[in-house]
Amino acid sequence: MLGLNKKDATLLIVVAALTLCAPFILNPFPTGSAMAQFNAGYPDLMQRFIIFGIFAIGFNILFGLTGYLSFGHAAFLGVGSYSAVWIFKLFTYNVIPAITLSVVVAAIFSLFIGFVSLRRSGIYFSILTLAFAQMSFALAYSVLSNPKFNLTNGETGLQVYADDPQWFHRDSLPDLPHLFGLSMRSTYSLELGAWRFDFNAGYYLCAVILMIVFYLAIRIFRSPFGMMLRAVKSNQQRMNYTGLNTRPYTLAAFVISGMYAGLAGGLMAAMDPLAGAERMQWTASGEVVLMTILGGTGTLIGPVLGAGFIKYFENIFSKINDTVLHNWFAFLPDGIEDFVVFIVHPFIGKGWHLTLGLLFMLVVIFLPGGLVEGGQRIGRLLKGKKKAPDSEDPEHHPKETPHVAE
Amino acid sequence: MGILDVKNVNKNFGGLKALSNVNLSVRENTVHAIIGPNGAGKSTLLNCLVGKLIPDTGSVMFDGKSVLGRSPYEINQMGISRVFQTPEIFGDLTVMENMMIPIFARRDGAFRMHAYESVANESGIIERAEQVLEDMNMADKRHMHAAAMSRGDKRRLEIGMCLSQEPRLLLLDEPTAGMARADTNNTIDLLKQIKEERDITIAIIEHDMHVVFSLADRITVLAQGTPLVEDDPQNIKGNPKVREAYLGESA
Repeated sequence: MLGLNKKDATLLIVVAALTLCAPFILNPFPTGSAMAQFNAGYPDLMQRFIIFGIFAIGFNILFGLTGYLSFGHAAFLGVGSYSAVWIFKLFTYNVIPAITLSVVVAAIFSLFIGFVSLRRSGIYFSILTLAFAQMSFALAYSVLSNPKFNLTNGETGLQVYADDPQWFHRDSLPDLPHLFGLSMRSTYSLELGAWRFDFNAGYYLCAVILMIVFYLAIRIFRSPFGMMLRAVKSNQQRMNYTGLNTRPYTLAAFVISGMYAGLAGGLMAAMDPLAGAERMQWTASGEVVLMTILGGTGTLIGPVLGAGFIKYFENIFSKINDTVLHNWFAFLPDGIEDFVVFIVHPFIGKGWHLTLGLLFMLVVIFLPGGLVEGGQRIGRLLKGKKKAPDSEDPEHHPKETPHVAE
Repeated sequence: MGILDVKNVNKNFGGLKALSNVNLSVRENTVHAIIGPNGAGKSTLLNCLVGKLIPDTGSVMFDGKSVLGRSPYEINQMGISRVFQTPEIFGDLTVMENMMIPIFARRDGAFRMHAYESVANESGIIERAEQVLEDMNMADKRHMHAAAMSRGDKRRLEIGMCLSQEPRLLLLDEPTAGMARADTNNTIDLLKQIKEERDITIAIIEHDMHVVFSLADRITVLAQGTPLVEDDPQNIKGNPKVREAYLGESA
């Protein structure tokens, strides 16, 4: 199907089904029930899952295939957002030109940064990308927001004001980002008994784009180009002495992943027409590294899982507070209840980072291949019970080497 | 005029004269061995041929064109393939993928952005890679991770990768260093077979005299950065200068 082998086609179909049915899957608990706070099926969060999924898929094309660890990918995300908002301000609220421009600008930006940074490899490459990202952050935060030349609107963030030109805007169109008149905020709510499911236009735009870029990522992974990128990670010396110039290969991977980041930034602005400098900060770059490693570096689905995992924690765990905890542990005797809440307290609410950090450590130590490896192990356990052990042929099915712990 | 001509090459590292006035001519379709005691400059010379080092003075001509100032990948594209002392292969990739990459490099050049095609559809490349694996007696290992193989098999794979490019000149840097006797003999047999079956020029740097005298048509002895003798193998064995360089004056 679509030039994919059976396994990849199945993966694509599973991803498509999951994204399209996400409003159901992420809202398993009836509204108003005690568990409703674990529902993640509201438009804003679902959009985030998808957008950061796209960001991480792109990052993985660079990090997972070539092994070059960029610490500055948030810069491309930020650049994408700013470009999109400028389209909104000057021309139209239609999201197509905005997203297109954000990809193009991110490509140009990453071509420049990649050209310079890829002169070095390993830790020096990481530091160079980090330096560029922090310079971009400083530019956006202060330098490019002086009264004479205000490109980024500094601390406030770039947004659309009523006196902006918007040359192609007509009054019949919604006063928000839209796709040929369909507002990104328009949501259809389906009430089924105690359950409520939200179908949001913006979310579905993101979902369709995710499916397209996920498909493209599969194609890249299975192409000769993808094989060359894995060869870069494995042995650059051999590549050079085999007649291959590694520089354009790594630069191409860098620009492709920069374009994915720009796309994510553009979509972010399309869902909410704002762009702030904090999107470019190093913590944002670090987050995508965590997502990729947590999900499984060098795997196709891993980065999407990692992105979903981290965003779920950020939004759901951070909302649990002491009152909720007291409700949960109300069945315990008073003294013990207070004690349990005291113990759990640092791990919830603002302490969600602590929980995430612990989980991250556990994954990296015990599952170096990320969540995907966890899934594979469970799969193998289930299969191992059915199959006779003699079907294992160590020579023809060698153990997969972990991609991270090398 | 040989296929590879090295003329008056000098290379200094600070005060150390690594190579001084090296002249060497490798004739087409021969096996030319470069031998010499430790520190004779064998590896420095090899690195000057493949673009890793640039000599201070002198010229290195391959097939009438200078290789100086070109990067390793350009020199490979000219038709020189190199086998390393420790096998350099793509350890994370399968044996089959290892074999396909050099064939891609020969067909598509140093860079091609073929990101949307599928490897599985490259039937020409796959056939060729399978054929080379067959020639190397490695067809049964095609799905193995290259890093999981034995040292001898890695060497065999690396030689196969170089041969798949049909180079005009194959450079071997101590191909049997650190190998067990059996592996060494296998490698000798493999190289003999290559020499007989193909129109290929081989330049080999080697320590092991057994390997050198089983393969070489012509031998150059380097000592302290200068070529001592260049002659046929039977004349090298009895040459007193060579004995002296290898064994010291007492011999």
